[in-house]
Amino acid sequence: MVALDARNHRIEGDRRHLGRALSLWLLALLLVLAVFSLGHGASGVSAPAVLLDRLAGRAIAPTDAVVLFDIRLPRLLTGILVGAGLAVSGAIMQGLFRNPLADPGLLGVSAGASLGAISAIVMGGALPAAISAAIGWHLVPLAAFAGSWLAMLTLYGIATRQGRTSVATMLLAGIALAAMIAALSGLIIYRADDEQLRDLTFWGMGSLAGSSWSKLQAAGPVILLALMAAPALARGLNGLALGEAAAAHVGIRVQRIKTGAVLITAAATGAAVAISGGIGFVGIVVPHLLRLIAGPDHRWLLVNSALLGSSVLIVADMISRSIVAPAELPIGIVTAMIGGPFFLWVLLSNRRALDG
Amino acid sequence: MSLAARNLAIRLGRALILKGVDLTARAGCLTAIIGPNGSGKTTLLRALTGELAATSGQVVLNGRDIAGFRPHELAALRAVLPQQTALSFPFTATEIVRIGLTSHPGRETDRDDLIRAALAAVGLPGHAGRLYQQLSGGEQQRVQLARALAQVWQPLGDDGPRWLLLDEPVSSLDIAHQLTVMRLAADYARRGGGVIAVMHDLNLTAMFADHLLLMHEGRAMGEGTPAEVLTDDLLSRAYGCRLCVNRAPVQGIWLLPQLASV
Repeated sequence: MVALDARNHRIEGDRRHLGRALSLWLLALLLVLAVFSLGHGASGVSAPAVLLDRLAGRAIAPTDAVVLFDIRLPRLLTGILVGAGLAVSGAIMQGLFRNPLADPGLLGVSAGASLGAISAIVMGGALPAAISAAIGWHLVPLAAFAGSWLAMLTLYGIATRQGRTSVATMLLAGIALAAMIAALSGLIIYRADDEQLRDLTFWGMGSLAGSSWSKLQAAGPVILLALMAAPALARGLNGLALGEAAAAHVGIRVQRIKTGAVLITAAATGAAVAISGGIGFVGIVVPHLLRLIAGPDHRWLLVNSALLGSSVLIVADMISRSIVAPAELPIGIVTAMIGGPFFLWVLLSNRRALDG
Repeated sequence: MSLAARNLAIRLGRALILKGVDLTARAGCLTAIIGPNGSGKTTLLRALTGELAATSGQVVLNGRDIAGFRPHELAALRAVLPQQTALSFPFTATEIVRIGLTSHPGRETDRDDLIRAALAAVGLPGHAGRLYQQLSGGEQQRVQLARALAQVWQPLGDDGPRWLLLDEPVSSLDIAHQLTVMRLAADYARRGGGVIAVMHDLNLTAMFADHLLLMHEGRAMGEGTPAEVLTDDLLSRAYGCRLCVNRAPVQGIWLLPQLASV
């Protein structure tokens, strides 16, 4: 009866119930895919069987436990966090730049991360032995994360004058900065040997293959914090859709929203790129699909982007693991193969608006 | 209670757009800002909203310097209708009006009631579910007006009057809707609220405004009642062409909004 009343009183054009219902469906989808992904792999270990054994208190074969809890589980959790981080970052950037095709690349985050990774791969050997022993294989992710933040802070500094950030300046300066970073990366690549070139290329295509608990411990909290902070931007991003002046008129602290959006995006994308390399298009495809279904209200868009982004990345990872098994295809290739045509479709269906 | 500019100067980049403007808009009155293109009308309105900081002088809202308000305090006291709003994403009319209630402290059901009432007030009760991009220019303008109205729905609060600041509210409307919107604004003032509108249509201004400010090259050329400001001499000098008030031409077709009935 209560539910019926709520339906009768809902205003036409209020799509929040769609967002709410969608979030439940997406959560269910994510859970199903997670279980499926755990049971899916080269070794043929069955996740449900092992989990049932554990629940029943029976002994689990040590190899099964290793496969499930030390290989597949950290990889699954990495996929969930990276997918959520990339999709939410995309939604935030699109809200901030007021453009459905915006992505964190506009902040120089991706270019900065790849410069960091390239530097680490090519020049990491020149580090004193003591330092490289201490950092170990963390060097590349750390350098990528540092590079993304350096690029983003530079850009934010350039675009901010007297406490106000100009989004238009950020967009244009981002193009210039990305070109300079690419030139610098090119200089470093010029010095690289063949093996380093191979590492660089594969880093750029992205992969979850190197996932481990220790990587997850480093990057996971950063992404998680960013994801938890993101909903605080929702009302502000809704207001920004009307323009900066109108957003301020309805009582939104516009500068705070801009700063928050930049920091959250840099944290989530920087950490995601650091542990998984370059994975494109998730940030554009996922929010756009969700806007088509439940409208652009960011209060549900951000939550649902996290859920769907996770699912998309889990599926892409399963494809990348199985399509050329027992080898693995870099996951960036899979997301680009799905995302590229989709991006084009978005572009063409918006053609009238873009040309007009 | 009033919304007033005191010797207000505004510099945008290197250009001095406002050169010491005084204006006192009283609650309970519809104040119109008129003047030729580029005379500083919109800049003055943007300063009155608190969006532009004064280079010198000040804006005083209900007795307090506007620079001292926090965004949500300001949002509770005044709402703004911009000239045009391009939207980046496909929101429905209902969702747009709800954005106007961002700083609204009330319960969810109160907000829903406000959204319904505001859309009905602008004559769009049946358009609640329509996407903004699919509405005509005039309908979009009225949805934005509904958003502003919902934000300051009660013209008179416990702590003083609320203000509606309208930048060319009737510019993209047909004559019937021009009259509807101007009546809505005048009614808001009659119930104790304050209204300031930038106007291009001098006939509608003469018909609805209680108080006028005539701008010319960043300065106030005249302030007062319509009878005091809308004179042949002042208008001719401000607009740079020979204008005659109250004289009907013998030839040509013309009509007076004063004689329209809705």
